[in-house]
Amino acid sequence: MRHHLLSAGDLTRDDALLILDTAVELRSLADRPIKKLPTLRGRTVVNLFFEDSTRTRISFEAAAKRLSADVINFSAKGSSVSKGESLKDTALTLEAMGADAVVIRHSSSGAPHRLANSGWVRSSVVNAGDGTHEHPTQALLDAFTMRRHLGDLDGRRITIVGDVLHSRVARSNALLLSTLGAEVTLVAPPTLLPVGVDTWPVQTSYDFDSTLDKSDAVMMLRVQHERMNAAFFPSAREYSRRYGLDDRRFARLADHAIVMHPGPMNRGMEISANVADSTRSVIVEQVTNGVAVRMAVLYLLLSGEAQA
Amino acid sequence: MTDYLIQGASILGGDPADLLLRDGRIGDPADATRGTTVVDAAGLVALPGLVDLHTHLREPGREDAETVLTGSRAAARGGFTAVHAMANTDPVADTAGVVEQVWHLGQTGGYCDVRPVGAVTAGLGGQRLAELGAMADSAARVRVFSDDGNCVSDAVLMRRALEYVKAFDGVIAQHAQEPRLTENAQMNEGAVSGVLGMQGWPAVAEEAVIARDCLLAGHVGSRLHVCHVSTAGSVELIRWAKSKGWAITAEVTPHHLLLTDDLVTSFDPIYKVNPPLRTSADVDALRAGLADGTIDCVATDHAPHPTEDKECEWAAAAMGMLGLETALSVVQLAMVDTGRLGWADVADRMSTAPARIGRVSHHGSALGTGSPANVTLVDPSATRVVDPADTASLSRNTPYRAMTLPGSVVATFLRGRATVLDGKLQ
Repeated sequence: MRHHLLSAGDLTRDDALLILDTAVELRSLADRPIKKLPTLRGRTVVNLFFEDSTRTRISFEAAAKRLSADVINFSAKGSSVSKGESLKDTALTLEAMGADAVVIRHSSSGAPHRLANSGWVRSSVVNAGDGTHEHPTQALLDAFTMRRHLGDLDGRRITIVGDVLHSRVARSNALLLSTLGAEVTLVAPPTLLPVGVDTWPVQTSYDFDSTLDKSDAVMMLRVQHERMNAAFFPSAREYSRRYGLDDRRFARLADHAIVMHPGPMNRGMEISANVADSTRSVIVEQVTNGVAVRMAVLYLLLSGEAQA
Repeated sequence: MTDYLIQGASILGGDPADLLLRDGRIGDPADATRGTTVVDAAGLVALPGLVDLHTHLREPGREDAETVLTGSRAAARGGFTAVHAMANTDPVADTAGVVEQVWHLGQTGGYCDVRPVGAVTAGLGGQRLAELGAMADSAARVRVFSDDGNCVSDAVLMRRALEYVKAFDGVIAQHAQEPRLTENAQMNEGAVSGVLGMQGWPAVAEEAVIARDCLLAGHVGSRLHVCHVSTAGSVELIRWAKSKGWAITAEVTPHHLLLTDDLVTSFDPIYKVNPPLRTSADVDALRAGLADGTIDCVATDHAPHPTEDKECEWAAAAMGMLGLETALSVVQLAMVDTGRLGWADVADRMSTAPARIGRVSHHGSALGTGSPANVTLVDPSATRVVDPADTASLSRNTPYRAMTLPGSVVATFLRGRATVLDGKLQ
């Protein structure tokens, strides 16, 4: 395991499987009355959030606390960042406080890489979502969830639908799932697929319907309403008709296929309420699995470092 | 004033010869006297002093990044004897007063001739013309006008500007960037931007404006200069426009001749520049365009920024990179050492052509008896590892850090006075 987790693309198949298998063991903790291990006692994990994300922050916080690490939450709101402090000065401050790991969420693509590679901090850096670039722990928890339901991902067909252009979830999933041997298809209107997507290790389609019966898992991405103001699509209704997972499309999925969403959902836009709440929806379980996967990541990054 | 006898320099890469620099002009070497200072130039190439059409000197307004004096000293170290100071200062160089101030600062510094570029529109606002005639008639004798940093995107305003400057033989130097297609753009739009999740700056945003401007310049019979051409498609368009006989000229920066957008995968904003670094196919097309004359000249787009504007996350960083002190080395690496240009061609692309486009008298002349003694001596066999701290600029944002580059400027003479000798500022 490396010192940082910045991109899903940095993970070899063995790295990814080690994290996922470790997460399986740690996941069992969630079903016990006392959900805590002493593994990271005395270590400090800083959640450095320059962008609001309550779900991801509390998931990392729960993961670190269940490993007995001390957790410091540092959010841009109410901190010196809003007064214009630079990323560098924030990093130096955290370093001076003795952070062992920094979990960073930032609106600028590549900010975690700057933190990790600039020499400002010695701590491990975990990318908790950077701009429209990557969100590697989300991809890990998605892969974890798929393996629980589908088994080995080799040859499994995963369909990811929605705003791929602006989605860090889609980028990390495309990289990780192809590393794990899955066949990924990205479905979106042409306006929401990035230039150069033909160089990615994935298939693409503009036609959601044509992918339905072949999919082992369908992952719906959040679509922001403001995108239609920038002419990415004409209206929420048209988007929903062409790319939403409604009841009609849901009925065409194979019986074993699962439905996923990284949250937060726009019910009635990219996914219907019936589908979101169906028994084949694993959306709530994704949240539970997220804690286990993040525990595995923190454990492997920090305990590996202790041995080195 | 000291007379210099340059002995055994390869003139424009040709046969070795002696050059006497006396009274600001090139004289007959036979007239050298006992008091003449001899410069041993064996193995060195003599070029006419380099001329830069595109330099950001930051004064007035951002004297923390660069001043006319420090930028002039960097220019001299890079072998330049004349530079064009871009108008995007604070206040903007859009009046006779500001351009005269910049011009005077250059004269006082004495390291190179500083030719101010005037803004096309008042305050670079893109709404109404600046007083172009007043700047042309001022002591600064402005002939190049540009809103560089901003594109004159309004077609009517661009047409009027092109027409208006004909009265004093001016040229509009356009920063070609369609604004709507490049809102929040961070890097070249292509395979790399897709993977990195960066807002793309598509080639079409440059090419569409160049195509329109060439058609406008052809229609009204005016001179158009295209700044920092960065895409293969732009080269094709300019080649086509020139084939029509229109008065179109173009420049390419050293960095666009060498660096590509895959460097952005480091997320190091040292590579953030506008227009952005493109692909290797674009680099090849730019080199071919410069070699066949489609692109007339090399211009540095020297853009100093203080450390804090680059020591941050990519989106927050300033766009631009230093260029004056590395330009000749990069051109040697990309064009000479690859066999695409000889040294006589380098003299054309980096001195004669930019002097002609900018209507800079007394620069870019052949190194013959009677010519102004603006001379650069370069050692093409030298190599150096680029150290950002080894600069006369106030800024350190060179993208060539730790790269080994060929060639070094040994001496620069401005009207017979050494501004650089033995590689050191005088």
